[in-house]
Amino acid sequence: MESMGSHREIVDASLAIIPLCPLVGAMVAYIVGQKQKDLAGWIATAASTLAFLFVVKNFFALGTNQVLLDKSFVWLSVGNFSIDFAFQFDHLTAVMCLVVTGIGSLIHLYSVGYMAHDESRPRFFAYLNLFLFSMLLLVLGANLLVLFVGWEGVGLCSYLLIGFWHKNIAFAGAGRKAFVVNRIGDAAFLLAMFLIIMNYGSLDFMALSRVMPGETSEGLATLISVLLFIGATGKSAQIPLFVWLPDAMAGPTPVSALIHAATMVTAGVYLMARLNFLFEMAPLAMLVVCMVAGLTALVAATIALVQNDIKKVLAYSTVSQLGFMFLAAGAGAYWVAIFHLVTHAFFKACLFLGSGSVIHACHHEQDMRHMGGLQRVMPFTAATYWISTLAIAGIFPFAGYFSKHHILSALEHAGAHNPQLFPWGVPLSYIATFAAILTAFYVTRSAAMTFLGSYRGHAHPHESPWQMVVPLVVLAGLALVGGVFLEGALSLQHYLGHAIPVGDVHHGESMASFSFLLNALLHSWPGFLGVGLALFLYTQAKEIPGKIARAFGPFTQVLANKYYVDELYGAIIVRPLEGMARFLWKGADQAVIDGSVNGTAAVVEISGELIRTTSTGQLRHYGFFMFVGTLFIIFFYMAL
Amino acid sequence: MSTSSYLTISIILFSIGTIGFVVRRNAIVVFMCVELMLNAVNLAFVAFARHHGSLEGEAAVFFVMVVAAAEAAVGLAIIIAVFRNHRSIETSDADHLRL
Repeated sequence: MESMGSHREIVDASLAIIPLCPLVGAMVAYIVGQKQKDLAGWIATAASTLAFLFVVKNFFALGTNQVLLDKSFVWLSVGNFSIDFAFQFDHLTAVMCLVVTGIGSLIHLYSVGYMAHDESRPRFFAYLNLFLFSMLLLVLGANLLVLFVGWEGVGLCSYLLIGFWHKNIAFAGAGRKAFVVNRIGDAAFLLAMFLIIMNYGSLDFMALSRVMPGETSEGLATLISVLLFIGATGKSAQIPLFVWLPDAMAGPTPVSALIHAATMVTAGVYLMARLNFLFEMAPLAMLVVCMVAGLTALVAATIALVQNDIKKVLAYSTVSQLGFMFLAAGAGAYWVAIFHLVTHAFFKACLFLGSGSVIHACHHEQDMRHMGGLQRVMPFTAATYWISTLAIAGIFPFAGYFSKHHILSALEHAGAHNPQLFPWGVPLSYIATFAAILTAFYVTRSAAMTFLGSYRGHAHPHESPWQMVVPLVVLAGLALVGGVFLEGALSLQHYLGHAIPVGDVHHGESMASFSFLLNALLHSWPGFLGVGLALFLYTQAKEIPGKIARAFGPFTQVLANKYYVDELYGAIIVRPLEGMARFLWKGADQAVIDGSVNGTAAVVEISGELIRTTSTGQLRHYGFFMFVGTLFIIFFYMAL
Repeated sequence: MSTSSYLTISIILFSIGTIGFVVRRNAIVVFMCVELMLNAVNLAFVAFARHHGSLEGEAAVFFVMVVAAAEAAVGLAIIIAVFRNHRSIETSDADHLRL
């Protein structure tokens, strides 16, 4: 395979300004926020928007077959191994940066409305900007180590923001769970980096893309790829490390939208696209990726069917959609994975922000059984939520249709691309289709339970303030036309082709032709099926879902309890670890270490008590002891 | 007279001093016992000096006498200070530093 780095023109540019905007914004927002709480949100939004403008500037500056490089400074240099703190801006980075800062800015604006009454909003906006800084490091880094700094930074910010309402013990626990689960993946990521340094002496993406294809055995490539993928399963919530993402919904809803749906969780997908030359050499690792991703997409979608918490539905939906992205990446269609990443960022951010708007309106009620009929009081929220629902369902011409359609066709043709995938590509595409039907079903169910019917709660819902409505409308617009734009006007496949391998670019028939429209509508059948079924069951035949649930009693129970994965991990990992920790605490720390320290003190005390009895204060006694001692010494020397 | 006679007297004096130091409580007497011990040692020094026909022992005696004089000055000052505080010069009464 031709390496992508060799024929690209390297242009010097100043890219460090992009991540610096939110970093400075975080500090200023926090400091100014101590006096002027309302200003913090606007400062953070401005910093984020400024970063977006810089990204746009670089987006237009970036020429065909160019890569912008900013070698800020030599970071570490040991012997002949050195790492620069360098940033790189190519077409892949451009897409990621636009998503991160664009959607990030919208969510900042939304948060100004959502967090308007929170006491510690300066801290919130400082964290949010800090997250943006880390995420930009992650996507702009020109080598794996800078990427890793961002990787860890977003993990930290995720932890801080999940546990933002830290006075609630359960929320703080959810933050800790996310952090610990992520660390497991990060350990594998570190091992992969060590292996790369050991074998190639560099972590630079462009250097690696030149060096690796020539001198890598398949075994080594498979090992590194699988380790990196384990790291990705942690950050991007795939089986077996997905358990933290649903719990992460403890954070404020804008956080769920920005970090746990649109940007951070897609880091694993970005990593695979960035290191495509490595994964290309490891067909077996690609098979592993596809299997895990397919299973995740299906399992998470089935769990989402029975959740009643609106944010939990969306959380499991995110896990499932990330599975779709990894399916595409595993099939070798990296640009399709990025395509779905972008469209998913549009509609999932919109769905989450919509759910936040609903939760805001219902006074922090998250249970959909206590909602309903909100369409009448919150027209904007309802309309944007419905548009995003149709988008995630994959119905033409909404954004989700295009990316999902590409994923399915990439899977069908995966066998030709990667012989390891040959017998699996088509079954995986069936699984993905089934998961797509489920996706359409559960999202429509959540929309129907929330917005249709009559209101079942006790609050007095109202439409949200303009700061929250504007981002919703913009995102819904993107969910509506984003797919057409990326497919047609920008031609994402062609655009990303400057940075990553994309296969043959099809210049198919124009989207305006009748046959194309008919074909697209026919290919939207999973979406129509899921949406139609959910609408029928939750508006017309409301008694049927309950009957189905009862008919499949045990199975429903398993789904409602999320396949007992948390309980399983608790039994085989958490509780033994707790037992060991308890033993080390009681047995090792308190008994042995504290025992020896306190024992030393006790020995000194007891011997002191004994010896003080000889200290009588009587001069003659001391004289006598001195005399006896002297005699003893004299006899001792004479005896020698 | 032979050296051993001098040494015998020295031992007797030293023993009297030691026993007096241990047994008596009157600070002045204790003090005198210390002087007795010092002078017993002086006697031993001089006897050995004569026995070996050298001057080192006699030189050492001068040092001991100087130290003894200094000690007498300091010691008596301490005794006066103790007496002022306790109206007594019994050594058994001066045990305030004991815990």
